[in-house]
Amino acid sequence: MIEVRNLTKKYGDKLAVNDISFKVEKGEILGFLGPNGAGKSTTMNMLTGYISSTSGQVLIDGTDILDDPKKAKANIGYLPEIPPLYVDMTVEAYLSFMYDLKKCKLPRRAHIKDICSLCKIEDVRKRIIKNLSKGYRQRVGLAQALINNPPVLILDEPTVGLDPNQIIEIRSLIKKLGKRHTVILSSHILPEIQAVCDRIIIINRGVVAADGTAEEIAKNITNKHKMTLRIEGPDHTADDKRVITEAIRALNGVKYVRADMEREKGIYDYDVETDGKTDIRRDLNKLCNDNGWNILMLQLSDLTLEDIFLKITMDEGIAKEDEKTASKSKPRIDIKVAPSGKLRAVKEADEEDEEDNSILSSDSEENNGGEE
Amino acid sequence: MLAIYRREMGAFFTSGVAYVFLAVFWLVSGIFFYNGVIAGCTTDTSAMFSSMFYIVMFLIPVLTMKLLSEEKKNKTDQGLLTAPVSLWDIVLGKYFAALTLFIIAESVVFIYAFILNYLGDVVWTPLLGNYFAMLFLGAAFIAVGLFISSLTENQMASAVVSLVVLFLIYLSEMLVSSFENGNTFKRAVFKIVSKLAFYSRYVEFTRGVFSLPSVVFFISAAFLFNFFTVKVLEKRRWS
Repeated sequence: MIEVRNLTKKYGDKLAVNDISFKVEKGEILGFLGPNGAGKSTTMNMLTGYISSTSGQVLIDGTDILDDPKKAKANIGYLPEIPPLYVDMTVEAYLSFMYDLKKCKLPRRAHIKDICSLCKIEDVRKRIIKNLSKGYRQRVGLAQALINNPPVLILDEPTVGLDPNQIIEIRSLIKKLGKRHTVILSSHILPEIQAVCDRIIIINRGVVAADGTAEEIAKNITNKHKMTLRIEGPDHTADDKRVITEAIRALNGVKYVRADMEREKGIYDYDVETDGKTDIRRDLNKLCNDNGWNILMLQLSDLTLEDIFLKITMDEGIAKEDEKTASKSKPRIDIKVAPSGKLRAVKEADEEDEEDNSILSSDSEENNGGEE
Repeated sequence: MLAIYRREMGAFFTSGVAYVFLAVFWLVSGIFFYNGVIAGCTTDTSAMFSSMFYIVMFLIPVLTMKLLSEEKKNKTDQGLLTAPVSLWDIVLGKYFAALTLFIIAESVVFIYAFILNYLGDVVWTPLLGNYFAMLFLGAAFIAVGLFISSLTENQMASAVVSLVVLFLIYLSEMLVSSFENGNTFKRAVFKIVSKLAFYSRYVEFTRGVFSLPSVVFFISAAFLFNFFTVKVLEKRRWS
């Protein structure tokens, strides 16, 4: 339905979008995820023909948006970041104007009425847009995008400014729309993307950093599972640590074990990574049982979408820290985005990374708290 | 195009621009009518029409100032440019809306003609000739104003720059009038400027000459500036 080939946009010397390619199939809901300034809106503006690309192609249902803009644009409903509302019109008049502008052939009154009830703006239809709240304006913007039932819907941060109830409503509306329309949705709110989208594209600094379902991305970015163990050895000494580490490492499917800090006297934490295919928990239990060790804690720490997002988008900061601290701490394997946009495993500074993550995650929790 | 035309007409009236424009236009042209025609005890409307050049010049910027600048400022151009309409549709929709309002305003001369009809014999041919001359002049000026509106996001800047440009167009002939008997270069400048002059072409009509080249000139100017406007919008997408 939508095909993007090597899309590039330069503003002067600044590369806003760099060689993005992807395809969206009919009926798919695609989430565009990225930090502010990553190139989401620029990409969407190019998809809808608002701005042109420096190079590359956008095909909407097989029609190039620059070759035959009228035909391509007729297939798109677009809700930009700031809804394009004429604030001196009433909702009704505005939607009627968009109906004319899009040369809609459906029965006017019934169509506009349907859309109003879909977006829950029936009660403000006679009001002037100037006097509406941000949430209502956003919904009028969405209604505008839905006029003429375009097969492709492109929504740039559709839930910004809505209250929690409305966010849930809009999300379920988008999900419903996804059955009949192909939807591209951008957001920097992770739970939103996870709740609504079939597929996710993470954009960072103008390149596609990851593409796939949340699970696929998680699998691509790392094919191992991580867990944290706390095991009590028999002697409560550092010797235990060595013995236990060796024993766990010998288990089938374990890729990496590292003894962590001493949490209680003589009891250590162990970070374990597996290859992702074998579930080692039962073997582990058996091992401990046989040796008379006690498992005090077992915590799986698989990557969530949030971890993935942070990992992909924040790696520049981490990389810088990395250079500074590389000499003084133990290296650890981690995932990086290469300049080409490919993911690769690299060594990186341990302590700094943890510190970074803790800062970031507390930060993102705050964000979510605000958004949810 | 029709949708944009209708919306723009509506916006003129809801935003009050239309009322200000019509009120000032009618008031000032009424004064010219009274002073030039009634008080002079004549049915010759040409003096009134030549004065009305100034109304057109000063009021067209009011009409065109926000046509495109406000779209850009409020980001509503995103709705227009992503709709299945061409840039020409957008520009011409707005252009004809402004032109329509201008025609409504200048049609007040028919009321004056009606009044004159009671006082004496109306000479219809020059009156109609002048009416159409003013229409073509307005058509060209609106295109200039629309073009300038497309260059900025600020209504006031758009209005002021439009006014200055229209004023320069008006003054250009007088600025070079001393060049007529100068050296070759000066004569060339004089020739070019007087060929491109708006004012003397318009005044020509008020003297009773309905010159077809001038009509073509005004229509070409209108087309050219609308073309520039389309190019500005197009260029914005490519930058």
